[in-house]
Amino acid sequence: MTASVPSSARGPLELPVYPRPHGVHPPLDSPGYNSSRLRHPLRPLIPLPQSFTEVTGPLLGPGRVEASDADLTAGHPGGEPLGERIIVTGRVLDSDGRPVPDTLVEIWQANASGRYKHAVDDHPAPLDPNFTGAGRCVTDSQGRYRFVTIKPGAYPWRNHFNAWRPAHIHFSLLGRAFTQRLVTQMYFPADPLFSLDPIFNSIPDPQARQRLISKFEIDLTEPDWALGYSWDIVLRGRNATVFENEEGG
Amino acid sequence: MNLGITPSQTVGPFLAIGLPWDDGPFVVPPDTSGAIVITGEVLDGAGEPVPDALVETWQADPESRFDHPDDPRGAAQSSIPGFRGFGRCPTNAHGEYRIITVRPGALPGPDGGMQAPYIDVTVFARGMLDRAVTRIYFGDDVQANATDPVLTSITDHARRATLVAEPQASGSEFRFDIRLQGDGETVFFDV
Repeated sequence: MTASVPSSARGPLELPVYPRPHGVHPPLDSPGYNSSRLRHPLRPLIPLPQSFTEVTGPLLGPGRVEASDADLTAGHPGGEPLGERIIVTGRVLDSDGRPVPDTLVEIWQANASGRYKHAVDDHPAPLDPNFTGAGRCVTDSQGRYRFVTIKPGAYPWRNHFNAWRPAHIHFSLLGRAFTQRLVTQMYFPADPLFSLDPIFNSIPDPQARQRLISKFEIDLTEPDWALGYSWDIVLRGRNATVFENEEGG
Repeated sequence: MNLGITPSQTVGPFLAIGLPWDDGPFVVPPDTSGAIVITGEVLDGAGEPVPDALVETWQADPESRFDHPDDPRGAAQSSIPGFRGFGRCPTNAHGEYRIITVRPGALPGPDGGMQAPYIDVTVFARGMLDRAVTRIYFGDDVQANATDPVLTSITDHARRATLVAEPQASGSEFRFDIRLQGDGETVFFDV
């Protein structure tokens, strides 16, 4: 499937088309999540034809990151943070199975006690002077990313009485095109808080929720050092052949 | 192969730990000739500022080109030194954001005509489980806006106006508020 855009002398230019992933993402209007109440549009979204701007995007990986940015346990003069040291790794793919190489992956998270290093977080759990909780890396030619961090703690929030968020790491992906931009959260296996969390359960398809849960992997676990978790991230695919411009049409 | 797409989740209240960049608002270096500033507020359904949002922009350069392999006209590095095409700015305590850029060139449209120049915008915030997508058009592109296929498809003129950044007295500054809900709600797109 391609969209044709007429061009002066060269015949039609072929743009990739990213089919819309209906039913995958949570609705902006999700009453179980109180903060969504005044922050979701009441009017229906207007379908936007995909043009040059939508099928391109910032290719900003290399040059914006240092190798050390992928290790959230390093870089603090006081030493290592408290908590369970973990490795989080996986691939960024599109829904057709193509790797997304050289793309920026940014993460942020709470410390092992469930406290964020942020002025707004007043959870009475200790800050850790050796943990900031932000990391970034760029995927390799196979779409692989890898972080070293500590397992974040669960934490309370004020959505409803006795509300607790399951432990999670925030992930931000630029992808290859504006259409692929994604911010999401990675969870850990068998968390007892899943069934109680309105953010996790805002995803309409229960099977799709499972895609946010990482897997413990003994093969990724490094002896006497850190537990390994794997998590692949799948962005929207493009159902198109991209033609070279002179040959298009 | 058809892999299941990873669902979106909210950026939450602590996005400032991970997402802002020092140079985020600068789509072009600050001393770029012809640079413009786009500022505005992100407002909720009660008209209150949203102090924990992130606004991102993506656009063509003034010659209507992208340095990207999927542009069928060919990837073209901008003639503007340091042009990134991408902007990112968290809102401040007053819900305000600020992007420093240059005006994008016009792009060919699907009917053989031209589209009016525009910038694509993503809004993330606590309370938003998925991003919201909108566009910035320029209020002084009167003729181009009047024939743009996307703008003219929105028949309600008040709604259409929510997509248009108004030039300020200085001429190099444009105002673009984003109302997430209710009176004057910004037009959001399904892209």
